[in-house]
Amino acid sequence: MDGINAKYVSKKISKTRWRPVSSSSLQQPDIFATGSWDNEDNSISIWSIGENGVSSMDDEFEGDPQLLCEYKHNGDVLDLQFLDQDRIVTASSTGAVTIFRHHHNSQTLSVSQLWERAHHYPCNNAPCTGVVCNSPEIVTVGEDGRIMLFRADQEGVLRTIEMADSSAIHAVTFLRTTEILTVNSIGQLKLWDFRQPGNEPSQILSLTGDRVPLHCVDRHPNQQHIVATGGQDGMLCIWDVRQGNMPISLMEAHTSEMWEVHFHPSNPGHLFSCSEDGSLLHWETSSNTDTPSLQGNRIKLLIISRSAIAPAGGNQSLINAWLTGDSSKGHLETTHMLPSQMLSVNSLDVLGQCLVCGTDGEAIYVNRYVPI
Amino acid sequence: MEEVDVEPTTTYSHDSNHVKVQSILLYNPLSLCVSSGGSAGGCPFVHEVRKDEDIYSPILRKLFNESHHIFVGLQRIREDLPSKNKKPQFVSISKNYRSVIRACMEELQQVAGIPSLSTLKGFISMMSHLSLWCKQNFNIFCTLFVVCDPLAGSLVLHLLDWVRLHKADVDEKAREVLASESPAEHQAYWDVVISYVLQGRMDEARQVLVKQAALQPAARVMFKLLDNLLMKMPIFNPGETQTLTEFDVKWRHWREEVDHCLQDQSFASNRHLEDICKILVGDEDVLLEYKELLSTWYHFLVTRLLFSHPTVKPTELHYYAQSSMHMFLDTRSVPEPLDSILLAAFEFDIHQVIKDCSIALNNWWFVGHLTDLLDHCKLLQSHNLHFGSNLREFLLLEYASGLFTHHSLWQLAVDYFDHCPEFGRVYLELQIERVPLDTERKALKVIRICEQRQMTEQVRSICKIMAKKALRNNRLGSALSWSIRAKDAAFATLISERFLQDYCAKGTFSDLDLIDNLGPAMLLSDRLTFLGKYREFHRLYGEKRFSDAAKLLLSLMTAKIAPHSFWMTLLTDALPLLEQKEVIFSADQTHELMFCLEELTSGKSVPTPDRPMQVLGYTPPYPLSNVCFPFNLLIHCFIICSNLYSCLARG
Repeated sequence: MDGINAKYVSKKISKTRWRPVSSSSLQQPDIFATGSWDNEDNSISIWSIGENGVSSMDDEFEGDPQLLCEYKHNGDVLDLQFLDQDRIVTASSTGAVTIFRHHHNSQTLSVSQLWERAHHYPCNNAPCTGVVCNSPEIVTVGEDGRIMLFRADQEGVLRTIEMADSSAIHAVTFLRTTEILTVNSIGQLKLWDFRQPGNEPSQILSLTGDRVPLHCVDRHPNQQHIVATGGQDGMLCIWDVRQGNMPISLMEAHTSEMWEVHFHPSNPGHLFSCSEDGSLLHWETSSNTDTPSLQGNRIKLLIISRSAIAPAGGNQSLINAWLTGDSSKGHLETTHMLPSQMLSVNSLDVLGQCLVCGTDGEAIYVNRYVPI
Repeated sequence: MEEVDVEPTTTYSHDSNHVKVQSILLYNPLSLCVSSGGSAGGCPFVHEVRKDEDIYSPILRKLFNESHHIFVGLQRIREDLPSKNKKPQFVSISKNYRSVIRACMEELQQVAGIPSLSTLKGFISMMSHLSLWCKQNFNIFCTLFVVCDPLAGSLVLHLLDWVRLHKADVDEKAREVLASESPAEHQAYWDVVISYVLQGRMDEARQVLVKQAALQPAARVMFKLLDNLLMKMPIFNPGETQTLTEFDVKWRHWREEVDHCLQDQSFASNRHLEDICKILVGDEDVLLEYKELLSTWYHFLVTRLLFSHPTVKPTELHYYAQSSMHMFLDTRSVPEPLDSILLAAFEFDIHQVIKDCSIALNNWWFVGHLTDLLDHCKLLQSHNLHFGSNLREFLLLEYASGLFTHHSLWQLAVDYFDHCPEFGRVYLELQIERVPLDTERKALKVIRICEQRQMTEQVRSICKIMAKKALRNNRLGSALSWSIRAKDAAFATLISERFLQDYCAKGTFSDLDLIDNLGPAMLLSDRLTFLGKYREFHRLYGEKRFSDAAKLLLSLMTAKIAPHSFWMTLLTDALPLLEQKEVIFSADQTHELMFCLEELTSGKSVPTPDRPMQVLGYTPPYPLSNVCFPFNLLIHCFIICSNLYSCLARG
């Protein structure tokens, strides 16, 4: 029976990210980074769940994440991305963008580059809320409504889009190599093309009706026009940026803010979302047109922590089509992956068969056998 | 009842300037805020005293988080389940608490071993001691209060389990002894054997004894005899069908046999074996000889009960407890506060236990969670305290209030307040507004907490704070989205005024992406609606849809959406439409325009901006700004009238 281990880390976790594995090797990821928030001393940490060949007597603690190194971080870690195998970029609530280097030999972290006032108001600092990279380029967005483009190893700013937004920009993602997509707190998706000069977006999409702030955005790995967003009301929207300015489908997902949404990078028929209400949902489109059976052969995921509480989470199925334009989709199945009664799940990342998420309950959960 | 106040321990701060504390202001599980008087004429200081946060607070935080999870799970056990189904759940919850404390304690002990922290060793070992005590006793309290069925005879078994927890080092010693070359000659050998016997672990004792027996083949008969006695010792098994009386008979029979062996001097040649035999008979003097191995009076108590009164009832427990304590401790040593708590527990005086724990432990954690569990088991008679809530709620409120002052653990406190039915909500309302809001994300979380509990006032005030902040940084879009979240019409009006002022000053709208896409939020306030519609007018004009633009402009005035201060601007905006070659305003519309103009002139005077008209691409043939007001109006009238006549002319 495979279970999710809870690891209590004494810091509220705002972001978790797997270190990328080279696509040629079929290895599962074994190293992930976390960033903390709401602490007097925030830090970024690197953890390992590698199989060291230690056969543990205690099956339930096999694969418990081990802390490799930690480094102090000024301000909350509002976003975190791996630039490459050795470097991590973070976005801070002080408006700074930092590149950390992970030294594998000594298992230490050091600051490699720092842009201190990347995001600011005229008098104060503004939190930098999102960062995305396509090595060596780094794009950051912040509450000041600016979009900044940097290049790793170059000190200055490559490009600034001032007044990009009149409200706070919450997240950013690459659509193509020269195009990015941002979401803001008045519920708009904006497409920006770096090849164009000027400060205007090339396209603005939004839901008619209530302007619900959007918090996360992710692009389909294979189909670059399909984008998923999640917002304050916990609804999952799937958009096609080519056609019109309306989402293709809207699905009720969570009961409060959805903080992150991710397509599975190699298996895009699977989507994961996590929310303030403490749930992490695994969405799977199936080409079955029958009503999907709930239990079936889905592996029941238990939580095994020191207190050994039996889970209360169950399965849920949503009979809604999710059009991705791929194969014919009849039905959508969703599964809760964590037990109930949890504080907010702030972040998740999925790579291969491994999923890691961090919560406000100061815990990290790692699942190494995600059924995809 | 006499109340004995124990002197609290003095802790010296690392700061060499000793501070004279005047009062304690704030207290949370991890720090203390005290005030001290300043020097003569100076202002008083407030100090935050923290117990070396870096070292042990990460460990304690894990404890707080995990116990929070257990606490919430406990609250959600359905009320409608019959109590016999609930009991095993309560027991498992108490085990969960215990394992969480154990983990915390192990980590503390690990930390205590780190050499660089030797200066804090004293403090860390105190924390370890406390957490060890918590771990050992949380369960016994639950056992005594929750699990024990007063009629069954299994009390001693539970007590034995508890004691074995206390003296877990026996196994380690045994391993050491057995691993050595010649176990029987190891100096700790007999200690191990006797410790096992004292704990009632006869099988282990026999296994170790075998080693000695092998060494002395001549005394084989003696060893066989003792082995036999140990094997035959009856242990009450509540699962079997054997009744208490049957067990009692069996036990007495066995005891007589042991006594018989003693009288026969069967073990006279080996002092150790004789001692074991005497222990089996319950000889208290011999037991007291092994004080070192027993180490605590409650171990002595349990062993005594095991060998003298194995069917003791819970109600009789405290007699033996008192006497054991007196026998064990010599007259000079004073019982520790923790000991008196145990005594109170043996007397099943729950309230005394809670009270003493509150005083002895420096933290509401233990007593809060214990009381909550006991309350769920319906063991606490609800005492109404003078201020209205019951004991459980009082303790939980104290604990949660402490948590709330922590920069990070405040989120846990929310759940605790939720489960205090009388005052929890009020506490939460007061505290939640004081959480510092550095980023939008944190504000969103706090607002979500308030919204889920229908605390609309708090939502409004937090949104207002964030909107003001945004406004100060000139982020009008953010400010507007916060006022929309709070449904704050007044603030939305304020922001719209800012937009309109900016428009009047610069001649263009800023943040078009916001105003163009207001959607239904436009209806939040009249001013906001006006702003949106006015922008729409500009857009329509830009698209040359003049009749629609005209209709909109007129409706803005007639429907009274436009503020009076803006009417002049609107009328001026109507000018280019009036001057178009084709007739845009109908007769009725022109009448209405004149009516508006009349209304305006009968009121106060308004300055006319002329820059907006440049936006419309219209340069007036005369400089409006230099013309005095009444003449200005005359021109307007003239133009409107001429329009009207041309309308009428066409019929």
